[in-house]
Amino acid sequence: MSAVAGRGAAQGVAGGATTTLRRTRRADLGGRAFRGLAVGSGALILAMLAAVAGFLLLEAAPALTASPAELAALSWMPDDGSLWRYVGPLAFGTVLAAVLALGLAVPVSVGIALFISHYAPRRLADVLGSLVDLLAAIPSVVYGLWGALWLAPRLQGPWAWLADHLGFVPLFAGPASTPPRVMATVGVVLAVMVLPIVTAVSREVFLATPRLHEEAALALGATRWEMVRMAVLPFGRSGVVSAAMLGLGRALGETMAVLMILGPGLTYSLALLQVGRHQTIAANVALQFPEANALGVSALIATGLVLFVITLAVNSAARWVVARRAVGGAR
Amino acid sequence: MAATPGLAEAAGRAVAPVRPGPTTWELLTRPDRRRRAVDRAMRVVVTGAFAVAMVPLVSLVWIVVARGAERLSPYFLAVSMRGVHGGMDAGGIHHAIVGTLLVTGAAALVAVPVGVLAAVHLVEYGRGPLARAVTFFVDVMTGIPSIVAGLFAYALFALLLGPGVRMGAVGAVALAVLMIPVVVRSTEEMLRLVPHELREAALALGVPHWRMVVKVVLRTAAGGIVTGVMLAVARVVGETAPLLVTVGVVDSINRDLFEGRMMTLPVFIFRQYSQGLVPCRPDQLDCVPTVNLDRAWAAALVLVVLVLLLNLLARLVARRFAPAAGR
Repeated sequence: MSAVAGRGAAQGVAGGATTTLRRTRRADLGGRAFRGLAVGSGALILAMLAAVAGFLLLEAAPALTASPAELAALSWMPDDGSLWRYVGPLAFGTVLAAVLALGLAVPVSVGIALFISHYAPRRLADVLGSLVDLLAAIPSVVYGLWGALWLAPRLQGPWAWLADHLGFVPLFAGPASTPPRVMATVGVVLAVMVLPIVTAVSREVFLATPRLHEEAALALGATRWEMVRMAVLPFGRSGVVSAAMLGLGRALGETMAVLMILGPGLTYSLALLQVGRHQTIAANVALQFPEANALGVSALIATGLVLFVITLAVNSAARWVVARRAVGGAR
Repeated sequence: MAATPGLAEAAGRAVAPVRPGPTTWELLTRPDRRRRAVDRAMRVVVTGAFAVAMVPLVSLVWIVVARGAERLSPYFLAVSMRGVHGGMDAGGIHHAIVGTLLVTGAAALVAVPVGVLAAVHLVEYGRGPLARAVTFFVDVMTGIPSIVAGLFAYALFALLLGPGVRMGAVGAVALAVLMIPVVVRSTEEMLRLVPHELREAALALGVPHWRMVVKVVLRTAAGGIVTGVMLAVARVVGETAPLLVTVGVVDSINRDLFEGRMMTLPVFIFRQYSQGLVPCRPDQLDCVPTVNLDRAWAAALVLVVLVLLLNLLARLVARRFAPAAGR
């Protein structure tokens, strides 16, 4: 705040120092042009976002206004041609995959972040930290390739075991499908994908814990874990929440890994080990788009809008949570 | 709270001094078994979490390198897939590399100036409703799923040029939408790190404000901005879904962003994967059943190397310029 005021004052001095009128005017022209460019870029971003929403709505309009009979003519639509009946299971699958991935990834990520920030030797921690950052950069299509060709065959045994022994839990209802192109496999691959991101953010937060808090805890005789529990975790909680939301946003919009692994189907089933039960919005768009006709494209864009709204809601919720926690923490 | 029971206890102890409490020396030296056990257990849990997570990540890198190296050769990089069919032991990714470089380059060409200038607006001129709106919507844009960005680019060009349009420029627009928020964020952070003394010194010398921004602020932050841009490029270079719906697939080299479909590396990987195993007749000599998957792995290796090189380069730039920014 004061820095801004200082800059304004300095600007005033500069204005006074420019003596000749011509120089001032010329400088002013350049300044105005540059300022115009900067403001224009800002405005362009706003226009772009408005365009994203606007064009998607425009292109989705034919499907939104089409009669059920027209929509039912699309081969992949439900028979009654209701767009909502079509989007429902897709949205359910999207959220299910993301929640599953996050449930698997967040506890492990917090563990890794703690290991890097408070358990590993300093030298090793630096190396591990940059290693995790690099893993976050690996493209999703590579994760998909790995998940489909390397991981899935190896998960067949564990899934069969789960279905045999825990089949009474709705989530693990059998029989486990072979090959395991199922939601559970997708959840594991998505978890591996979001792991580096959640870890990177959590680690930053844990490293930012005030040294004095940690030293105070240790000086009172706390063990290392007690120090972590009393000083590091309370400080990092809001950071971990926002990291998890970041991961959730990524998992919701993830296309390729789902597309390459999942055997799709449109139901509200919770059975993670059965094939042909679930599909996500993003993967469905990528799957149907290349072959869709005009009305089909329009219907797919409408589902894309639903995905846009879901991620928007999640991100806003994340920001709200973080802001609330920040206020609470400052108290 | 504990005062009254404490007193009673003290009184009780004074009456019956059968069991004296531990001495201070004992308190300080005696091991607290339960707490120590919990500490040990949690150390094992945390280290275990790390080990468990490293298994998939290490296996991923290992398998990409091992399977990718099988087919990677100068020939693989130099030829396209034109005229390659069935299980032919031929074909390469030249067309995909060309496409990736062109589409990503075009996206960067759009996104970098817009992103950097918007960040300048936020930091140097940023007061008032426009700056607040930009900050908010950049946050929103960060969360756009990549396939939605692809659909947007498709919708935009479909309205302008008619439906069913597929060309490199559409993909570049989609990638630019994904890149801009990253560039704005990182540039904004870097600009805010420039010390105010530098700005004031320049202004005190009578330099116009905009020249101060160009010659002092952007110069000082150049290293950080370059790092941010490279990380943003590394992020979008592996994007598959938006390119799948906007650029399409093709088997031959296409160097024109505004005409016809293009192949890109991530889409190439997906396409080869989805073509799967090839059925070979026993009498066919020039037929490799796994050729499609082999090509997918080799292309994945090239893509991963490209992304990691960009990341490492960005780190080097950041490190090289860091002392100058810190001074």
